[in-house]
Amino acid sequence: MGYVAVKGGQDAIENANRLVDYFRWKGRTEPIKLEQARTQMRLAVDRAMGEGSLYAPEHAALALLQVEGDSFEAAFHLRAYRATLERRYEAEILDTRKMHVHRRISSTFRDIPGGQILGPTRDYSFRLLNPALLNASLGSIEKFISDLRDEIDPNKLHEMTTYKKVIDIFLKEGLMSTQARPGEDRRVFDVTREAIKFPVPRSAVLQMLARADTGSLMCMAYSTMRGFGMSHGTVGELRVGEVPVRVKDKRGRLRCIGKIKVSEAEMVGGSGRNQPEAGGRATRKTKAPRYSIGYGLCFGQNETKAICMGMVESALRNPNPDNPANNQEFVLYHTEVIEGYGFTNHLKLPHYVTFQAGMEGARRNARRNAEQEGKPVPVGAGGGEVNND
Amino acid sequence: MIENQKFQHSFNYAYIDEYTKKEIRRKTLKAVCIPGYQVPYSSPEMPISRGWGTGGLHVTLSLVGPNDVLKVIDQGSDASVNACNLRAFIKEMSNCAVTFDTAEATLIQTRHRVPEEILTEKQILVLQVPQPEVLRSVERHEAKTRVMHGEADYAKIWVTLYEAYVRSGGLRSGAGHPIMVNGRYVATPSPIPSWDVPNLNMARCLYLFGAGREKRIHCIPPFTRVEPLEFEDIRFKVEEFLGVKCSASGQDKAFMDQIYADDFSSSYVINDSNFLDKLRKGPRPPQKLFTNPA
Repeated sequence: MGYVAVKGGQDAIENANRLVDYFRWKGRTEPIKLEQARTQMRLAVDRAMGEGSLYAPEHAALALLQVEGDSFEAAFHLRAYRATLERRYEAEILDTRKMHVHRRISSTFRDIPGGQILGPTRDYSFRLLNPALLNASLGSIEKFISDLRDEIDPNKLHEMTTYKKVIDIFLKEGLMSTQARPGEDRRVFDVTREAIKFPVPRSAVLQMLARADTGSLMCMAYSTMRGFGMSHGTVGELRVGEVPVRVKDKRGRLRCIGKIKVSEAEMVGGSGRNQPEAGGRATRKTKAPRYSIGYGLCFGQNETKAICMGMVESALRNPNPDNPANNQEFVLYHTEVIEGYGFTNHLKLPHYVTFQAGMEGARRNARRNAEQEGKPVPVGAGGGEVNND
Repeated sequence: MIENQKFQHSFNYAYIDEYTKKEIRRKTLKAVCIPGYQVPYSSPEMPISRGWGTGGLHVTLSLVGPNDVLKVIDQGSDASVNACNLRAFIKEMSNCAVTFDTAEATLIQTRHRVPEEILTEKQILVLQVPQPEVLRSVERHEAKTRVMHGEADYAKIWVTLYEAYVRSGGLRSGAGHPIMVNGRYVATPSPIPSWDVPNLNMARCLYLFGAGREKRIHCIPPFTRVEPLEFEDIRFKVEEFLGVKCSASGQDKAFMDQIYADDFSSSYVINDSNFLDKLRKGPRPPQKLFTNPA
């Protein structure tokens, strides 16, 4: 019990760590270089940065290598690292109109100002395993890049690198408003500095969704379309590209400190106060805007997350206790990746005291009942109450 | 290529940055001022998992200094893997002394047990809390439970106690019996066994409860009234361990672990590892022995 067992606990941890290393290295393969992971596992890096709430591609690549590709653990390492960093500046609000666009599509209109740009996407590729990848070499990569370069005619390149937004069409026609809803809480909240309280302001909702687990957000968004919600959002605009980040220096001058790659989704939905699907009968006499935007933004190229975030954000602004995705508490608490991951895994910790307390209670109740009624009572292990740990 | 120095990050004293530690200390002070009230706090991410003691770790790291003597226990044991892990981390980050001796520690972080030995004015017990909201089992929405606490509306929890009595003949079985703190807030003592609940009442030490995942701190200050919820005629009871003796020490007044052998026979041994070590060495350390109300 005493010292010997303590030694055992520490030894066990050290041995567990060594075994992890053993299983990583026992194949005796060449270690993956950080640069390789960062560039060739691009989307895994992007996802880790988004869920880890830290834009640092090299750190994210290191995290992924360290945890052998586990997306939860990678995000977790970044979050833990992030908590040690002092906040020196607050950036100006990102202007995604200034985005250097890699890809932008809209499904609300056939053609949009500036044009649809498919860009880098696997949306229309066949999901067939490609053994040719195994033959790739630095030589073949070099040839691929130079061939691609040769095809580009520099004289035909667009001058324009930024685009107007699709929502401008809605705004211009008065179908959408930039005004806040009556009673909308527009405080800028910081979820990393304060615990949220309900109802949560929109800024905190957006922050939490931007850090949320991609898979959990997809579950929520999917449920709103499939039968546990009232919406089928439409992609007003989906953009992926690089946005400059600017901070004010001590003299108040704006300084660009670099660019970050983001995915942005603007999901068009009903405005909630005057649903366009409601048979055309306006609930107000004035011409109220009929559409609203569900906004999604996350680090890197993670389109699933941006779209689902937009849909969920839209759903959260129309509370409805019948649907999980329309319930702030349900969505915000349960899509939080680090909390969900940690707590479900804590079940691996010993619970023998808690369990013993339950067993003793159950035995006591059985004894009491047997004494009082003179007949035995079936006893479940753990007692009649919910084990609250 | 990345510069190596980018990853050579020396951590701040006690890991968390100073501003955040200050914030946690201020929220802790608020919790001390309003016994039993759950104070929301920032709850930064830690390098250990949520649900593995991050709330306790926040509180401990915000308080620990180089002169502190730290003890970490998990389910009564200094030996538990997670206790070893947390102790090593806190020591590494704060350069404090560590001990297994309950009496020697100035700061004790614990999961789901209060030590058997009486704690003094010079000691702080930090309890890890998985679910700080005692009303969560009767009301799933946080917005509503906060209002219920504000209005001291505890009808639902009384009803569940009554229902437990009707169904099973006892108030409640299991860990984490709800407590009334200072006659005002109903709170969770964290999932400690009922055995430990009487030790919270009018104690000389400070009890701090940290719930990291749920981002709440609550507190029982020294010499505060703590009453387990019970009815006038149906009383709260601690675990009885009828006819049970510790197989290692022969003693019977302590919370026991049931140990199963390979042939499924079972024996009992005292759960608090340091208390057991002391019993085996010599005279019984000071222990608050309570008797069940009849």
